[in-house]
Amino acid sequence: MLRPRIIPCLLVHKGGLVKTQQFKDPKYVGDPINAVRIFNEKEADELMVLDIDATVNKMSPDFALIAKLAAECRMPLCYGGGVTTAEQAARIVDMGVEKVAVSAAAVANPSLLTEMAAAVGRQSVVAVLDVRKHSGLFTAGYELCTHNGKLVHKLDPVAFTKQLQDAGAGEIVINSIDRDGLMQGYDLELATQFKQALKVPLTFLGGAGSLDHMSDLVSNLGVVGAAAGSLFVFKGKYRAVLINYPTPERKIKLCREALNH
Amino acid sequence: MICIVDYGVGNIQAFLNLFKRLGVEARRVDNAEALSDKDRLVLPGVGHVDHAMQRLNDSGMRPKLEELVMGAKVPVVGICVGMQMLAQGSDEGVLPGLNWVPGRVRAFATQPKSADLPMPHMGWNNLQPRAHSKLFSKGFEDAPQFYFLHSYFFDAEDKQDVAATANYGLDFDAVVSRGHIHGIQCHPEKSHHWGEQLLKNFVEL
Repeated sequence: MLRPRIIPCLLVHKGGLVKTQQFKDPKYVGDPINAVRIFNEKEADELMVLDIDATVNKMSPDFALIAKLAAECRMPLCYGGGVTTAEQAARIVDMGVEKVAVSAAAVANPSLLTEMAAAVGRQSVVAVLDVRKHSGLFTAGYELCTHNGKLVHKLDPVAFTKQLQDAGAGEIVINSIDRDGLMQGYDLELATQFKQALKVPLTFLGGAGSLDHMSDLVSNLGVVGAAAGSLFVFKGKYRAVLINYPTPERKIKLCREALNH
Repeated sequence: MICIVDYGVGNIQAFLNLFKRLGVEARRVDNAEALSDKDRLVLPGVGHVDHAMQRLNDSGMRPKLEELVMGAKVPVVGICVGMQMLAQGSDEGVLPGLNWVPGRVRAFATQPKSADLPMPHMGWNNLQPRAHSKLFSKGFEDAPQFYFLHSYFFDAEDKQDVAATANYGLDFDAVVSRGHIHGIQCHPEKSHHWGEQLLKNFVEL
């Protein structure tokens, strides 16, 4: 039986790994390659590495770093950051990366996903959507952002994400800006809206502070990806840096209990 | 020696890394002259099956591969789309496959039992090995889990060729073995100790 994926999400900033809170205050947590080695040993389900500098600095992906990550990584790897063309995606997949994530470039031009799917196959195309709660005078709901939350788009997040799915995304990652780094649980209301509307595999990011939060997500939404940053790089209430991941037994137990099997 | 067929598609480096960890000599080969009947072949593949078949056809290696596999009975394992290429053809494309293992590649989306499930089939799933399978004869005391990422699956014509099944709405042929020819739909190169064991067993067959 297919089981939920428990995915560490690592952010690259100025060559090191960082963890943010609500997309701000990056805190240095270590070296990317070293972190990959630890997650190899712990047999993590999958790894997501997002370069948070590339798009805002209008840079191409750091191919040298990606090659090093891919060579080291013994689990499926999803890379995102600065990808704007299908050629770049093909180059990354050729290096041994399973999935290529795009965000700003796909929001600006959804047909990029179609081109990427033609080049590397839909299964390797991931769209990451950064979403924030907003409350205006007459409207309340969610808004879609790019460029580390600095650029807001006048688009209905769920309807637009459906469009990205139809354009060629094989997986959608929904990242809650409000919950980022707070470790108080996923935004289940947000997650449910997307789950009801989409047919591709979904992964939720933003808010997980414990394995119980992941369990809540899975028992509410079924087999989805549960991604987290802080949970897997910090330990204790003082947020001491410690790369960690549940044991295989703990992980299987979590999945079984959450799905009621 | 293990020879990873590099026809421009797939994760060559991940296989080289894995064999290095296993202490097994492996090399990348991208031309027919470098292939030999002393080798064991790994045929990787990702993406659209027609794209992969076209690249293999254009690589100049196909006649030599046919000669080695069908003539000299050199052991070969196709992985992911590399497995799908072993079939007669695929519902995904129009190009004929290698036809080394009788069967056809079908879409989950057209099967009543899996049509409503999220697509692609992505993530970790159990394999149910067949008792007779030599690929699973060693090191699989615990229920094997493998990483999958695909929307099409191999449907073997002769079910004697099935080495393991997995379930995604329906039971499908996730690993096939027909004599010295093997196919693995999931990704052993990304499936931790289970994947290493499976490829170790292939090397030691």
